[in-house]
Amino acid sequence: MLKRLRENKSAQGTLLALPTIIWMMGLLIIPLILTAVVSVGKRSPDGNVIYAFSLDNYIRLIGYSTDCANGQASCFDPLYVSILGRSLSLAFNTTVLVILLAYPLAYFIARAQPKQRNSYLFLVLIPLWTNFVIRVYAWMILLRQEGVINIALGAIARFLHIPFQPLDMLYTPGAVLVGMVYEFLPFMILPIYTSLEKIDNSLYEAAADLGANAVKTFTRVTLPLSMPGVVAGTILVFIPVMGTFIVSDILGGRQVILVGNLIQRQFLDARDPTFGSAASLILMVMTLIVTYFYTRKFGFGEEIVVA
Amino acid sequence: MNPHRRSPLVLVTAFFVYFFLYAPIIALVVYSFNASRANVKFEGFIPSFSERVVTEGSLVKSSPCGPFHWYCDLAKNREVIEAAKNTLTIAFTATTIATIIGTMAALALQRYDFKLKPFSQLSLYIPIVIPEIVMGIGILTLFSQVFGWMNNAFSLSGDSRWTMGLGTVIVSHIAFMVPFVTLVVQARLQGFDKSYEEAAMDLGANEWITFRRVTLPMILPGVLSGALLAFTLSLDDFVITFFTNGPGSTTLPIYVYGLLRRIITPQVNALSTVWILVVLAAVLLLQIVQGRESKQHS
Repeated sequence: MLKRLRENKSAQGTLLALPTIIWMMGLLIIPLILTAVVSVGKRSPDGNVIYAFSLDNYIRLIGYSTDCANGQASCFDPLYVSILGRSLSLAFNTTVLVILLAYPLAYFIARAQPKQRNSYLFLVLIPLWTNFVIRVYAWMILLRQEGVINIALGAIARFLHIPFQPLDMLYTPGAVLVGMVYEFLPFMILPIYTSLEKIDNSLYEAAADLGANAVKTFTRVTLPLSMPGVVAGTILVFIPVMGTFIVSDILGGRQVILVGNLIQRQFLDARDPTFGSAASLILMVMTLIVTYFYTRKFGFGEEIVVA
Repeated sequence: MNPHRRSPLVLVTAFFVYFFLYAPIIALVVYSFNASRANVKFEGFIPSFSERVVTEGSLVKSSPCGPFHWYCDLAKNREVIEAAKNTLTIAFTATTIATIIGTMAALALQRYDFKLKPFSQLSLYIPIVIPEIVMGIGILTLFSQVFGWMNNAFSLSGDSRWTMGLGTVIVSHIAFMVPFVTLVVQARLQGFDKSYEEAAMDLGANEWITFRRVTLPMILPGVLSGALLAFTLSLDDFVITFFTNGPGSTTLPIYVYGLLRRIITPQVNALSTVWILVVLAAVLLLQIVQGRESKQHS
């Protein structure tokens, strides 16, 4: 038996990979299948799942209803569709803002003296390794009506002799956007830095020799060569923003509801796992579609693993 | 042309981004010394030391620990100590198991051909391309359905019932760690020179001795950095833990989140500050160790 195993390379490989395969099957594939099964089930009155086949949850998500207030046969309630739309546009805005902030910093670090590079990079890692929940809380301190930003603005206003009313910033969509940008900024800086650092200096020299100015060097050399980093960073930012519920929960209060909040509430407060599973499946499909088209256009950078 | 020359615009933006990254953290630390229990406004530092805590309204006037009042308060908080213990237990156990099975899988994927290889490789990318909440509620549904079924089938009751707890959190953490460990170790194996192993085999070592004396020492840096990545992912994890924890398995991120939804005293800031300092110390230590290692190699 042992001797046969020693000669069978394929069996050895399977055996080595077996624990991982079991784990991936048991806690990734089967839960996803179960989510799909539950999403077409029905909710029992005590919040359990009745296995059945009904598309009610998906119809409810789209907003189609036959139980209308004004006596019509059917009507359309865009509540859930607008939540999906809000999450998509927030994820899009966050990603764009993060790229705009991360790129200059990554460029700054990549072109620094080699000795200083590590220290600059280290400065990016500290906020990244500060816990996610703590970082959201820090923004509460800044954005509150009596918070640091209003104190600073008030001081400036007093200095310039302008009347000042503290701004209401916490529990607004803007607060959620700022929180998301802050949370995910390091995930964009690192991959862009990795791809910028790989660019050979001789390419810049060649561009200069051929008479390219700074703008042209950037658009023709730097930017195209750093695209793999931008793509990897976009995947690392866009997907988690779509599913995160803590930032909107804490900085958005009850004002800003995203898909993540919708799903979380179905499992905890509303106790309707079937509807939550349907929303979760839609979320997954949406992110997969966006990622697929995005990576098909720009390629799937290996920078993703580096980060 | 000086390759390190950067336009003033880049310098200004870089400075602004660093400011953006650090302003919240600095505010967080400063507020941990707040005299105000309500912690909404900053009411100054706690001015003096005294034998007992003296308060006036929601202001702390003096304390045995002086300005560090909230840190002393934190040290007495049983819930925090319990949560810290849980966090570390989960991280250590899950990292150990994930590192072993992840390294095995990396070896299998890099060295062998087998039927399930394409499936295994592909499944490693799933946690990267789907939102964590999807994975979290999937695992939650699985556990609650399976446990419900088991409890009914064996008519278990009371303490013998299957419930969510440390076990479910650890098992779930391993699930999201394994892909990262495997991918990191695989990257390390890609540049591996096989002639060392062949030499060992020629000299009469069997597979196990070759692995232990040649392969493992050579891939060890990859294995360790994979393990470290897994460990930090576990310490930091909120979403998966949120959906898989149960009574007695509260971790620090879950505990802090719970506090944020109730009353927030500067104790939360003190806890955050201590946490940041611990992480900072760990990272600095790691940098020193890595720096020494790379010096030895060159």
